[in-house]
Amino acid sequence: MQAELISKDGTQEYFVNMGPQHPSTHGVLRLVLTLDGEIIKRVEPHIGYVHRSIEKMAEFDTYKQIIHLTDRMDYLSAHMNNEAVALLVENALEIEVSDRVKVIRTIMSELTRLASHQLWWGVMGMDMGAITTFLYAFRDREMINDIMEETTGARLTMNYNTPGGVMFDLHPNFQKQVKEFIKIFKTKLPEYDELLSGNIIFTERTKGIGKLSLADAISFGVTGPSGRASGFACDVRKTNPYSAYDRVNFTEILLVEGDAYARYKARIFEMWESISIIDQLIDNIPEGVIMAPMKAIVKLPKGEFYQRVETARGELGVFVVSDGNKTPYRVKFRSPGFSNLSVLDHISRGHKIADLVAIMSTLDLVIPDIDR
Amino acid sequence: MENEKIQQFISNWEPEASSALCAQFLEISVPAAKFRNLAEKLRFDEQMLFDYLFNMTCVDWNDHFITVYHLHSTKHNHSLVLKAVIANHDNPEVDTICDIWKTAELLEREVYDLFGVRFNNHPDLRRLLLADDWVGFPLRKDYKDEVNMVIR
Repeated sequence: MQAELISKDGTQEYFVNMGPQHPSTHGVLRLVLTLDGEIIKRVEPHIGYVHRSIEKMAEFDTYKQIIHLTDRMDYLSAHMNNEAVALLVENALEIEVSDRVKVIRTIMSELTRLASHQLWWGVMGMDMGAITTFLYAFRDREMINDIMEETTGARLTMNYNTPGGVMFDLHPNFQKQVKEFIKIFKTKLPEYDELLSGNIIFTERTKGIGKLSLADAISFGVTGPSGRASGFACDVRKTNPYSAYDRVNFTEILLVEGDAYARYKARIFEMWESISIIDQLIDNIPEGVIMAPMKAIVKLPKGEFYQRVETARGELGVFVVSDGNKTPYRVKFRSPGFSNLSVLDHISRGHKIADLVAIMSTLDLVIPDIDR
Repeated sequence: MENEKIQQFISNWEPEASSALCAQFLEISVPAAKFRNLAEKLRFDEQMLFDYLFNMTCVDWNDHFITVYHLHSTKHNHSLVLKAVIANHDNPEVDTICDIWKTAELLEREVYDLFGVRFNNHPDLRRLLLADDWVGFPLRKDYKDEVNMVIR
């Protein structure tokens, strides 16, 4: 075994453990790198450090309880994760929620997406050696957290959705606060763009790095901004509109380059689209009930159900097999991070170790989302 | 392509496949031994081109396993659910598809890890989420762990 690794010129491949506590993995992800000097030959992800067996736990919980597990998966897209389960139950029972709920959910989703992309932008800059981005992003993200806290009582894991509607009505300050945030953030976002997009150090480290072709993006199931940076039209908000996405105008961001810089640009463009969606809805929140009439114990009919939503990372799918009881027979979460991680080995081969950091931060991996 | 036409094609290719038009998707069930052949046809046939495997999982039905594959074609914009029925519950085996859809490599490792379904010809079939020395397959219905599981 050892002899095979030594090549003709006398050099030898070697292994390096990156993680599980490496700062650029943003959680506990261990990568075993096979290296030839500084060149990556193979990346082998070892996951499961935060595996909580949410799928097994869900088999013993009612549908309302499962919602509280989902925001511990991708904690940055907590609202969308909750929404996925809520929508699944509503669609299976053919419950129509009020327009007010649909619009509230959409605004909340887009605020969550903005907060998630802000955090991604901040830590990505820090991965590349820029501390400023981290401070800017957390400063602006605080405003969204405050808005969330006022209405839902929590800053990160909101648990705001429930089958049939949302838990509480909006706080009276909500519209005013959101408008103020949007007004301020519209001046900050060009600053974000200016700080990195034209930065020679940043562009040198991302342009042409980690190129992902369209065919591979589809084959690996890379969705979200990472997939769309390769031209994969996978935006669930467009392909299978849910909540109020069918009544707002927004563009699906599709780029062709597929490198780390394109994935960065896709998210910056996407933030503008989220702002535009909130702009269209914030003045037109219809009146109505926040909760459709529901039975105390939710039982789904016998059968299989699949519900997809677009989280900040890509397509989240919830697959439920029901045998007619109040707890599901089997639940599977198709988490976007899991599929996005599977492409890491493929796109980092041949690059240097420092490029792996750039590739990982532009894939925007959230480890609890991968491990579930 | 319409679901009825897809059904027609599949019954011509694989007479043992049974199909049902469910509320959301067209569902095709096929015995595990015939599964790989049909999957290849669905992926590469010009009129099918199911190139996007958006979900893959397994369900334990106590006396048999069913592996579930959600497929979509980005060119023709049609979807279906393909199921491989693994009758042997003691020694479940099915052919791998990770050379057809690359995302399946990790997904199949996850199913092997949690259900103990072996994927023939998989290049690297090891435990993924759990520790290498873990005993048992937790998502099976007969799995028991008195320390970590509380059954209500």
